[in-house]
Amino acid sequence: MTENSLDTAGRQAAVDMTEGGRAAVSASGATASSDTVDAPAPSTVAGPPPGTDGRPPRPTLGRRAVALADSLWRPALVLAALFAAWWFVAAQEYVPNYLVPTPGQVWTTMTGQSSELARHTVVTLYETVLGFVLAAALGLAAAVAIAYSRTLDKALYPIVLFAQVIPKIAIAPLLVVWFGLGLTPKVILAVLIAFFPVVISGVAGLRSTDPELLDLAATMGAGPWRTFRKIRFPNALPHLMAGLKVAVTLAVVGAVVGEFVGASEGLGYVLLLANGNLDAPLLFADLILMSAIGIVLFVLVEIAEALLIPWHASRRAGVSLTTS
Amino acid sequence: MTAAPARAGTAIGMSGVTVRFSSRRSQTTALDDVSLDIQPGEFVTIVGPSGCGKSTLLKIVAGLVQPTSGEVSLLERPVRGPQKQIGFVFQKAALLEWRGARANILLQAEMRGMDRAQAARRADELIEMTGLTGFEKALPHELSGGMQQRVALCRALLHAPPVLLMDEPFGALDALTREQMNAELHRIWRETGTTVVLVTHSIAEAVFLGTRVVVMSARPGRIIRTFTVELPTHRDYAQVMSDPRFDRLATDLRGLLGSAAANH
Repeated sequence: MTENSLDTAGRQAAVDMTEGGRAAVSASGATASSDTVDAPAPSTVAGPPPGTDGRPPRPTLGRRAVALADSLWRPALVLAALFAAWWFVAAQEYVPNYLVPTPGQVWTTMTGQSSELARHTVVTLYETVLGFVLAAALGLAAAVAIAYSRTLDKALYPIVLFAQVIPKIAIAPLLVVWFGLGLTPKVILAVLIAFFPVVISGVAGLRSTDPELLDLAATMGAGPWRTFRKIRFPNALPHLMAGLKVAVTLAVVGAVVGEFVGASEGLGYVLLLANGNLDAPLLFADLILMSAIGIVLFVLVEIAEALLIPWHASRRAGVSLTTS
Repeated sequence: MTAAPARAGTAIGMSGVTVRFSSRRSQTTALDDVSLDIQPGEFVTIVGPSGCGKSTLLKIVAGLVQPTSGEVSLLERPVRGPQKQIGFVFQKAALLEWRGARANILLQAEMRGMDRAQAARRADELIEMTGLTGFEKALPHELSGGMQQRVALCRALLHAPPVLLMDEPFGALDALTREQMNAELHRIWRETGTTVVLVTHSIAEAVFLGTRVVVMSARPGRIIRTFTVELPTHRDYAQVMSDPRFDRLATDLRGLLGSAAANH
C-alpha cells in the first residue's frame, strides 16, 4: 500500500504546515528528494533516467479514481452503518416517529415538498456563497495589510483577535434590528464568522515567506507588487486554502443563524417552522439539505485547492479529501 | 586571469566597515573595522569561525544590511540600498516550491523585467552548463540537494552579474557532491570571468576555489590575514588536493583558524 503510506505522509505534512511549521515541510521535501532523483555528475550523466522526464509519474485518472475509492470506502461504511441504525431504530419505533422519523418518511417529505425546499435551499446557498466570497476578499485584504504594514499590524491585529472572542451569534438580533429581515443581516453574519480564519491563515501564509527569498527579490530590483505576485502570494496559498476551507463551513453557520433570528425564507427559517409544528421529517430533510450545502461548498474549495497548489506537500499524494 | 572583464578599479571596496546590532539588552559587534578591496575577476573566499560576521559582510556588499560606519562600494559606486548588479546564492537553495527548475531560474528575469526570449536562451545555456538538462520541469522537491543548488546558481547567473556573492552555498551538501560542485563552480568562474566572493567553513573549498583567501576572527569579526593562493588559474580538483602548495596553505589556515577560535 504505497499509495496509502504516501497519503499519510502528506497528511502529516499538512498538519505540520497548518501549525506553522515550515521546517516540517522542507524536511518532508528533503526525504522525498532522496528517493526520487539523485544528482548525476554532469560530466558523466548528461540526462535523467529515460522515460521519467526527471520526475515521478503523475497519477493517471484511473489511479486517482482508485485512490479516491480507497480513501472513501471506510467513511462510507461508517455512514452506512449509522444510516442502518437510524432506519432500524425508527422503523421499530424504539423512539416515536414524531421524534425520529424513518428515512422513508424523510424521503417522502423531501420529494413531496421538493420545489419549496429547493427555493429555500437556493436562498441559504446564495447567502452563504455571498458571505464566503466577501469574507475571503475582505479577509485577504486585511491579511495583506497586516502582513505588510507594521502600523496596521499593531493597530488591526489585536482587534481582529479580540473580535473573535465576541460571540457573533449574539450580534444576530442586533443585525436584524438594523438591517431588517432581508438578505443583508445573514450575509453580514456569514462574513463576520468566516472572516477570522481567512485573516489568520492569510497572515500566517504571507509571513511564512523565506526571508532569504525576500532578500533575493530585493537584489533582483523587483517592486513590492511583483514580489507579492510572484513570491509572497503563491507561497501563502497553502495556508490560505486551509483557512478558506474552515471559512466556507462557517459561512453556512452564519447564514443559518441569521435566518433563525429573523427571516421569511431560507433553510434556517424552515427549520424553525418544522420545529414549531413538530414536523420531524421536514426537520430532518432540512438538516440534510443544510449539510449538503456545507459539503458541496467544502468540496468546491478542495477542488480549487487541488488546482491552485498541486505542488504542495499536502497535495502530492494525489487525491485527498482528508487534508483538514 | 584573462577572462576578467576589462574594467579598471575595484569590483568591491570596503573601508572601515563596522556593524553593530543592538538589542534591548546588549550590543553585538558583528564586524569591526573591516577593509577589503576586491579586483574584477578575483575569486575571494572568506573563512572564519561560526558567527564571525561573514554572512553579514556579504549582505553589506549586497546592500541588504547597512553598516553602522564605514564605506562600501560596488563597481565603484557607493552602496545604498539593495544592489541589482549582483547574483546571490545562499546555503539553502531558496527555490520557489511551485516552479520547475527552469521557471525558478527564469524568476530572475521576470523580477527584473528582462527580455523574455533572451532570458530563455540564457537559461538554456546555463542549464546545459550545469548539467541540469532533462530536469527543466522538475519541481524542487523532486531534485536532490546538489541539483537544487545548481538551480540556485543558474538563477544567480542568469543576468550575467559582474559580481557573484555566495554564502556557504555548498554547506548543506554531502562531501562528494560538494567536491563536484566546487569543480563546477571553478569552471563556471573561469568561463564567465565573474568576480566571486564566497563564504565557507571548509578550508579545502576556500583554497581550491580562491585566488585569495581572507581569514576572519570570531566575534567581533575582523580580518586577521589575507593569503594569495599560489595555484594556477586552471585547477583540477585531484591535482590541487595533492599539491604541496595546497597542503602548506591549508595547514597555515588551520593553525590560524584554530587560534582565532581559541582566543575568543
